[in-house]
Amino acid sequence: MRSIDEVVIEFRDACVQLGGHTIWSGLSLEIKRGEFAAILGPNGVGKSTLIKVALGMTGLHFGEVRVLGAAPGRHQGEIGYLPQRRSFDPSLHIRGFDIVRLGLDGARWGLPLPMRRNRAREQRRIDDVIELVGASDYADRSIGQLSGGEQQRLLIAQALVQRPEILFLDEPLDSLDLPNQGAISSLIHHVSTVEGVTVVMVAHDVNPILAYLDRVIYIGPGGAVSGTAHEVITTENLSRLFKTPIEVLTTSDGRLVVVGQPEAPAHHSDRHEHGAATMLHAEHPHHHGDGTSH
Amino acid sequence: MTSVPLLHLLVVAPHSSAPWSSFATLLSYRFMVNALVAGTIVAILSAIVGWYMVLRRQTFAGHTLAVVGFPGAAGAALLGLSVTPGYLFACVAAALAIGAIPRTRTGAGRATESAIIGTIQAFALACGVLFINLYHGFLDGVTALLFGSFLGITSSQVITLGVITAACLLVLGTLGRPLLFASIDGDVASARGLPVRVLNIAFLVLLGLAVAEVSEITGSLLVFALLVMPAAAAQRLTNRAATGLALSVAIAVGVTWSGLIAAYYLAYPVGFYLTSAGFFVYLAAILIERKRGRAGRRDTR
Ligand SMILES: Nc1ncnc2c1ncn2[C@@H]1O[C@H](COP(=O)(O)OP(=O)(O)O)[C@@H](O)[C@H]1O
Ligand SMILES: [Mg+2]
Repeated sequence: MRSIDEVVIEFRDACVQLGGHTIWSGLSLEIKRGEFAAILGPNGVGKSTLIKVALGMTGLHFGEVRVLGAAPGRHQGEIGYLPQRRSFDPSLHIRGFDIVRLGLDGARWGLPLPMRRNRAREQRRIDDVIELVGASDYADRSIGQLSGGEQQRLLIAQALVQRPEILFLDEPLDSLDLPNQGAISSLIHHVSTVEGVTVVMVAHDVNPILAYLDRVIYIGPGGAVSGTAHEVITTENLSRLFKTPIEVLTTSDGRLVVVGQPEAPAHHSDRHEHGAATMLHAEHPHHHGDGTSH
Repeated sequence: MTSVPLLHLLVVAPHSSAPWSSFATLLSYRFMVNALVAGTIVAILSAIVGWYMVLRRQTFAGHTLAVVGFPGAAGAALLGLSVTPGYLFACVAAALAIGAIPRTRTGAGRATESAIIGTIQAFALACGVLFINLYHGFLDGVTALLFGSFLGITSSQVITLGVITAACLLVLGTLGRPLLFASIDGDVASARGLPVRVLNIAFLVLLGLAVAEVSEITGSLLVFALLVMPAAAAQRLTNRAATGLALSVAIAVGVTWSGLIAAYYLAYPVGFYLTSAGFFVYLAAILIERKRGRAGRRDTR
């Protein structure tokens, strides 16, 4: 039943309309079990919408979607989700551990009166997953008091704790500094291998995750392209899709690097002057730190 | 009517010099036992509902429900009814009205929401003033309606409060964790299949019922003594959800008892004592939190 090549997410000729506008149409894609897939594209193009369709929170106008062999929203317990850009209010006095626990029992009705054995097992699972994301040191602090990277790790733990088959992550690297972008990317890759989870991740900058990608879905104003990372991430493809010269380089250790990706595609007029000159962050290593190291 | 027995009972309430015998006397008064039982029932519900309200940042909505309760109770008196159905009807109706305000996905929705809520609040107060003017013989009761009284709580009121609280606790027990999930993280909760909008409305109704109950003890304007202060203090003292709920209940019951007993011995309005007790507990919680915060920072260095 669970063959390696099993398709877990499938869109066929899908089209979404919101508020009378077509967000995207003619979208077809397949993501297989265990893959690490990225959804790329400029702001406002419908990347988050794609994830919401897969979650069953937004309906299709046309076409078909299957998630884990069923209509979206059927396998809610087997799907982990990290919505876009959330940071908790600093005055939210709930410890990280309880935030993670919600991933396990937050959707359960009724009084929490489980058997003692169950309770111990759940406790252990929560501890394990917090350990896995490296958040043990601060899981008992209030979530609102933690840094963006720390909150992100705990939210990933929350999404992972009920052992999902698929993890949908909407711009989890957004608003993180560079060292944290790298750390969270490699963490996501690590947990996807350890837990055998299919990862679908929306990203703005492809570089931090380039090394781990199996599949890329690029959504642009003119349409969508889906394929393996090596098919989509090429100089010709990206330059055509972004409508700006983009180079895909191979570093001496064999990794791909994308140079010239427009960072803020909202500024259409700026694109010509600055697009090609925009170098990727990695060439200017910042050291903001996360406020917690040292 | 709560206003009538108030004066009578204050006159008959004895002030003995021996504290223990006088405490025993206190418990020999039916009205005092009723007040303590009713206060405890109300404190338990308001502490739990208040804990969620503070977490959800809905204190403004809570305040509005309380203000709307005032014309409800005044209107009930005008119709010759007990204030209890007046509070209940007005608070629950207002809760449903607030729940019906459509939420948009942008921040503008929240601004519209608070503008609508503020408008409801002002209109409710205006109606209350009108009802009181229409009901001439009622002016003594205004203070009780706004700032609380506990001396006129009848045994049948106690039973009503008990039944409502039991029903609310049952519902809270069932909704508890999904409500927590939806309160902290609505997007993820709805992705997990929880009916977030239904939970929001259900919570507003629970809040309406809790506010209606608290209003009977503290009056419409001092409901926060039991609804906000214990919960907010508990959330400053612990960040564990279950411990926080238990602590909130303990504080609310403690505050209620000390408020009622103080009002028995020292003849000033119970709302004043309740609110002062709540205020000092909250102040203490802030100081303890600060002290801990400093100690915590020193530890990490
Ligand atoms: N509920 C909605 N109603 C109307 N328009 C929407 C709604 N949700 C999103 N949109 C619009 O759909 C477009 C795509 O949004 P989104 O999927 O969030 O883009 P991305 O994640 O790629 O930045 C945007 O133009 C946005 O304004
Ligand atoms: Mg988005």
